[in-house]
Formats: sequence, structure tokens, C-alpha cells
Amino acid sequence: MATVTLTPYKTPELFLECTTITPDAFCGKAPQEIAELEVREGKTKLRMGDYFHVEGKAGKTPEETEIQILGDCTRVKYIGFKMTGGAITVNGNADMYVGGWMKGGKIHVTGNVHSFCGIAMEGGEILVDGKAENYVGCAYRGDWRGMRGGTIRIRGSAGNDIGTFMLGGTIIIEKNAFIHVSTHAEGGTIIIKGNVEGRVGGQMVKGDIYVLGEVQYMLPGFQKIEQVEKEVDGAKVKLDHYIGDLGERHPKSKGKEIYANLFVRAT
Amino acid sequence: MAEILVKNGYVIDPAQKIDGDVADVAIRDDKIVESVSSGARVIDARGKVVMAGALDVHAHVAGPKVNVGRLFRPEDKLFKSPEAQPNYRVEMGFSVPSTFKTGYDYARMGYAFVMEAAMPPLHSPHVHEEIHDTPIIDQAALPVFANNWFVLEYLKKGEIENSAAYVAWLIRATKGYGIKLVNPGGTEAWGWGLNCLKLDDPVPFFDVTPAEIITGLMKTNEYLGLPHSIHIHQNSLGDPGNYTVTLDSLKLAKGMKAKNKFGRTQVMHSTHLQFHSYGGDSWANFESKAKDVMNYVNQQKNITIDLGCVTLDETTTMTADGPFEHHLNALNHLKWANTDVELETAAGVVPYIYDKDIKVCGIQWAIGLELGLFTKDCMRTFITTDHPNAGPFFRYPRVIKWLMSQKAREATLETFKHRDKVIDATEIHGIDRELTLYEIAQMTRAGPAKALGLAGMYGSLAPGMDANVAVFNLDYKKMPSNPEKIEQAFQRALWFIKSGEIVVKDGEITSHGNKRTLWVNAKVKENPQVVRDIHEKFIKDYTVNLDNYPVRDYLAPNPFVIDVDVEA
Repeated sequence: MATVTLTPYKTPELFLECTTITPDAFCGKAPQEIAELEVREGKTKLRMGDYFHVEGKAGKTPEETEIQILGDCTRVKYIGFKMTGGAITVNGNADMYVGGWMKGGKIHVTGNVHSFCGIAMEGGEILVDGKAENYVGCAYRGDWRGMRGGTIRIRGSAGNDIGTFMLGGTIIIEKNAFIHVSTHAEGGTIIIKGNVEGRVGGQMVKGDIYVLGEVQYMLPGFQKIEQVEKEVDGAKVKLDHYIGDLGERHPKSKGKEIYANLFVRAT
Repeated sequence: MAEILVKNGYVIDPAQKIDGDVADVAIRDDKIVESVSSGARVIDARGKVVMAGALDVHAHVAGPKVNVGRLFRPEDKLFKSPEAQPNYRVEMGFSVPSTFKTGYDYARMGYAFVMEAAMPPLHSPHVHEEIHDTPIIDQAALPVFANNWFVLEYLKKGEIENSAAYVAWLIRATKGYGIKLVNPGGTEAWGWGLNCLKLDDPVPFFDVTPAEIITGLMKTNEYLGLPHSIHIHQNSLGDPGNYTVTLDSLKLAKGMKAKNKFGRTQVMHSTHLQFHSYGGDSWANFESKAKDVMNYVNQQKNITIDLGCVTLDETTTMTADGPFEHHLNALNHLKWANTDVELETAAGVVPYIYDKDIKVCGIQWAIGLELGLFTKDCMRTFITTDHPNAGPFFRYPRVIKWLMSQKAREATLETFKHRDKVIDATEIHGIDRELTLYEIAQMTRAGPAKALGLAGMYGSLAPGMDANVAVFNLDYKKMPSNPEKIEQAFQRALWFIKSGEIVVKDGEITSHGNKRTLWVNAKVKENPQVVRDIHEKFIKDYTVNLDNYPVRDYLAPNPFVIDVDVEA
């Protein structure tokens, strides 16, 4: 795997939109060509080279290309936008839309990410060592086709609206989350290892949620049916099994209605 | 004085019975003339097809429900909003495009006139503001009447004269163009959680039937002698087996005579007929009844229709047929927006995906095209997609391609997952008819112009007409064997001259043109009872004051008013 390093040397006055920081855009290009790729600050079109020193070598295909960002990207949006393969490592924080509409490959952010991390993701992996803000793995505004595949793991906490309209894939939040988890979801799995304040699984049709901490306020549309023991992300836990959202429509399979499942650590 | 000479093109102008003659079209200012001076700007159209500007009889392009579609579908704009270009404004959206994209895309296809198909009277100021914001194309709007409390009450008592006085007042107040009916009685019945799915289902409280509403408004229309006939979206839209209701309502036109000074011969325009030509009694045995419906349309000469072709796109349905949208939402579980417009109408909006891999969508696609292919009179059959309900309007070139090429139809059919089931439920596979350019010009130019009572202005290249001239990259003598070339040619006109101004060159917008809003001023003798009824209802039932109701002149700043003097 060939590695390209980007070293940020200038902080943009506004936020920088870098839909071109992807193995797909970099592959097959020399560092000078990569430096010519378009980035945007507001409505101004600029070059990648105006903000980053570009070094190293890109692979022939996205799969053979790794991008190392050696520095903070707190003001950089859209890292890994629509990427299909390869790897990106951000050594520091990143702003919004990390891995948005991503189809494959890996993104590792060692710091925190802002909102919309993994929005409408279809495949691949995102790992964030720090915390995430809102809308992890959610759908685009208005769209009913949310995250379809892939894995997002946030080692810290996350904000609200996690996995809205989720259809597939896995989201793991290792610490706490705020409100609105899997709203309108019709598939996929969300694991929250800490506590959630509430509104978990509102209008959820299908899919699974695991909360290994506490749900402070349960929604009335979920009904407890049994206690189970399950392995969740490598650990065995005793869980209360709820089904819901009983206020929402549910598809039928072999004459039986399919509900969404919410598992909360048994007390 | 600006003069243009479109030289040596293959002219296709059914209104003058010209089919592919090599001729020149001369333009002075905003009119077509016999000849121009030698100083005229010359556009070389040698080897290209020249037609008049086209007319769209039915599209939802302005007003509150269109805007609801824009507001509640941000994803319709995602990755589909290219940047602004030097000569024009940014264009946004796909199935519910921004006003600018609407104007530009119509102009690129050589369209001069577009009818907004359903204007809720109370919200007519909004409709006119959006029309004003849509560049280049001339527009008009049809206020909806068939669920209006005044109309229901007058028609229940059979008071055509009063109905006419009210209709004339409302068309004037809203700067509207004619009489639109949407699910007659059914939308009002929905206020009680009901619908009118048959012609004799009475409207609750008003106790009047859809058949009475249709007949009454048809008589009202001819009493007034409006340029357009009643324009009807029939009951039971989109239901399997609805073709019988369709035939029943078409039969109401039997024996009616068009009375007007605009050259219109039909008394009923039945719109988006594709949605009304369904057989079977469930989605499982759903089938095409296009042939039965067109057999009737072909023999009943006083009706016109438009197709409402399904284009197999992801789109946004929007209609004043509130109960239908609720029904649709229960089928596809996507978003649903809905509104009630006081005494007048209602509306709903639901996104919809016409998926080529779903059998029903494939059959719907076939039905729309079958209607066009079974027609015996292209002067009474017009191309639409009921934009955006069956597909976006900028797919007209694709519909034209399918109508003109069996090869293109078969190629699309081949891509269907349920090809064989679609073939079993339709007749599309066996039809070898391929429409000619002359027939397409009838369906998009001469025909709609006549049906709208606008044949004196649009739809022809005869001297005296408005100077709307489109040049397409097609060789009349050597039509391309690849049907895709037909679609490309109609998608982007080489030249489009609108009201004497070049607005499109090589498929790109060059000017914002001179847009106009057409509206009808029907002058009826003052009717004291109707005046009193209007005053009373506004005090008792409306949320707005009567003085604040009519559309102010500044909202339609480029009006073209068609006066109609009604002989009492």
C-alpha cells in the first residue's frame, strides 16, 4: 500500500470543504497533481496545496492508497467523502461529514469528529478514538434511505440523532449518547455501551439496539417481552428484551409481525 | 426592430399541414411574418427540423403544493444542483425543480407555454409569485373548482347561470385561465374521511354527485365560452379497475357542443389518462385498459386527453386529490404532506419511485405509451407526464423517443425484471406503430394550442403567430436509427426563439426572455345573488377578508389578458 501524507500548514478562515481527500481522488496521481485538486472555502475554489503539504506516493487504485493526515483537521469537512476503498488516518480532530456516503475502505480519526460522521454510509469502516457530535450514521435531511452498511465505532460519546432511518450496518458508541437513537430505522444494529437519556427507537420499524448502560426515559411504544443473555461486542451480558415501536407499522413475515428489538442491560 | 430569418430548415407545422417542406421562417419583433428585410439575422437550419414552440397542457410547476414538495424533499436536490453559470441562475432539484430550472429546462426543450394544472384559489397569489419567478416560458394557471362549496351548492340546485357568475368572478379574482376539476366531490368528501370513487357517490352534506358536478361545470364552461374546456382529473385515480369510471365520465361529454370564439372544439379535457386506464381488481391482476379507453376517445370527437406517461424515475407526486395521496402513502410508507384549503380544495404530496423492477410500475409505463400509440387523432392527444406525478417534465423527449421508436420501447422493456408479466398485462409488446415528427408536432404544438383556445397565438409557424420557433438537431429526411439521438435532439434544442428573442443556442440558455402570464377575463352581467353569496361566505366561513382575496396586479406584472364577453 502506497502512502500519501498531507500536512496541514495553514488554518482556513472559514471551513475547508475537502471532498477530494479520498483514495479515489488521489490514486494514480503524483503529489504535485494531488496538490492541484480542488478544495473550497466558502464559495472560493482553492487548491489542496494551498492548505496542505503533499508528500509520498499514491497507489494505482483506491484500494492501494493510504492517506495520512499529519495534523489537526478541526476545520476540514468531508474527509473520505464517497470513498470506495483504501485508508485514511487523521492524526487529530476532523470536522463534519467524515466518511459521508462512503462505500468502502477505512477511516481512522485519532481525535474527535463533529456531526454527520458516516452519513448515508453504504460500506467500509470508520473508527473514531475520541467523541462524535450529532447525527452519527444518519440519513441525509429528508431522505428515508439512511446508513445501509459498514461499521462506525466511536470510542467516546456521541450526541443526538444516531442512525436515523438506518437500514443496515453497525454503529457502536462506547460511551454515552444523548437522545434519538435509530429513529425511523428499518434495519441495522446500534450498540451504546454507556447511558442514553431517551427517545430510543422512536418510530422504529425493524433493527436492533443494545444499550449496555441505562435508558433514562423509555419510550412508551416499547414493551418488555423477556430477559435474555447475549454476546454484545465480545462480552456476555444479561439483557431485557423489548419490542417496538408499537405505534409504528410493522412488516409481516410468515404471518408474524416483525418488530424492532431494544435490549437494555438487565437490572 | 429585430428581424430573424430561420433559413432552409425542414418545417413541420401541422396547423398549416406542412410536413417537412424546406422553408424559411421570418420573424419581426415578437411575431412571425411573411418576409423580412435583407438585414435580418440569419439562422441556418439546413438539414434540421424547425417547429413552433411547444405547449404543455398540464404540469404542476408553481404554487403551494409544488413548494411543499421542494421543502419536504431536500434530498431531491442532493448532488443534483449544478453551479450557476455565467448567463443564468443556479438550477436546483430533480423531480421538483426550482423555478429557474423549470423555466430553463422547458426552454431548452423548445417549450413556449406551460399550464400550471391546479391552482388552489385561496393561494393564487403564491402561484402567481412563483410563475413570475419562472423565467422565459409563458404560463397560465387553472383554478380548481370541483370541490368548491359555492360550486357544489349551485350545481346541486342546477343553477348554471349562478355557477357561471361565480366561476367568472373566481377566475378573474385569481387571474386564472379555466376550470379545473380534481376528483370531483371526492376531495370534499375526504373532509368526512370519505371519497367519491364512483360517479354516483354523493358528496356528504352537499348531496351532489360527481356526475352532476362534471356535467354542471361542463355546462358552466360552455355558458361562459371560455378558451379552454373543463380540464378534469377524474375520480378513482390510480385504482385497479378504474377504467369503467373513466369511461363513465367521458360519456358525460356525449351530445355536448363547444361554444366559444377561440376555435376550441372539445368540451372536456381528460388529463393524465394513464392513471385512469387501469383494469383488474387488485395490484395482483392489475392490467392495461388503454385500448378500451382509447377506443372510446377515438370515436368521441369532443374530448381531448393527455397521456401522463410514467418515465420510470424517482419522483414526487402532488395533487389536489387529497384522499389519493393518503392512499398512496399507505402503499409506499414514505413521507406524506397534506393540506386543506378551506372551502375550496385540499392537496397531498408523497415521494414515489417508479421502479422498473416492480411489475405495476412497468405496466403503468406501458399504459401511458399505449394511449399515445392507440390514438387515431394526435390533434386530441397530448404528451404529458403530469409533471411531477408520473415523471419530471424534462423527460418529454424520452417519452417522444418511446412513441417514435419501437426499438426504444423494446429496449426499455428488456430491462424490466418482470418483462414477461408486463407483456402479459399490456399490449405494448405487439404495437409496431411509430409516431412521425408530424404527429409529435400535433401532440405538442397544434393540438394543445387548439385545445387551450390559443391556436391564434401558439403552436404554429404561420405569419401572425407569436414568434416561438425551435430548431432541433434532426434530419427529417434521414432520421437516426439510434433512438437515443431523438431524445437528445428534443432535450436540447439547437435554437429556441421565444417571442422573437433567442433564448437558447446549442442547448444553452442565452437570455431570460419576455415571460408573460395569461389569464382570462370573462365578463358576465352582474348577478346580485352571487355577489351576495360571495360576501356572506367570506364573512361567515373564510379566514381572509374578501378585499384581501384577489390577486393584486403587481403579482402578475407581465399579463396577457384574454377577454371573453359572455352573451347572456
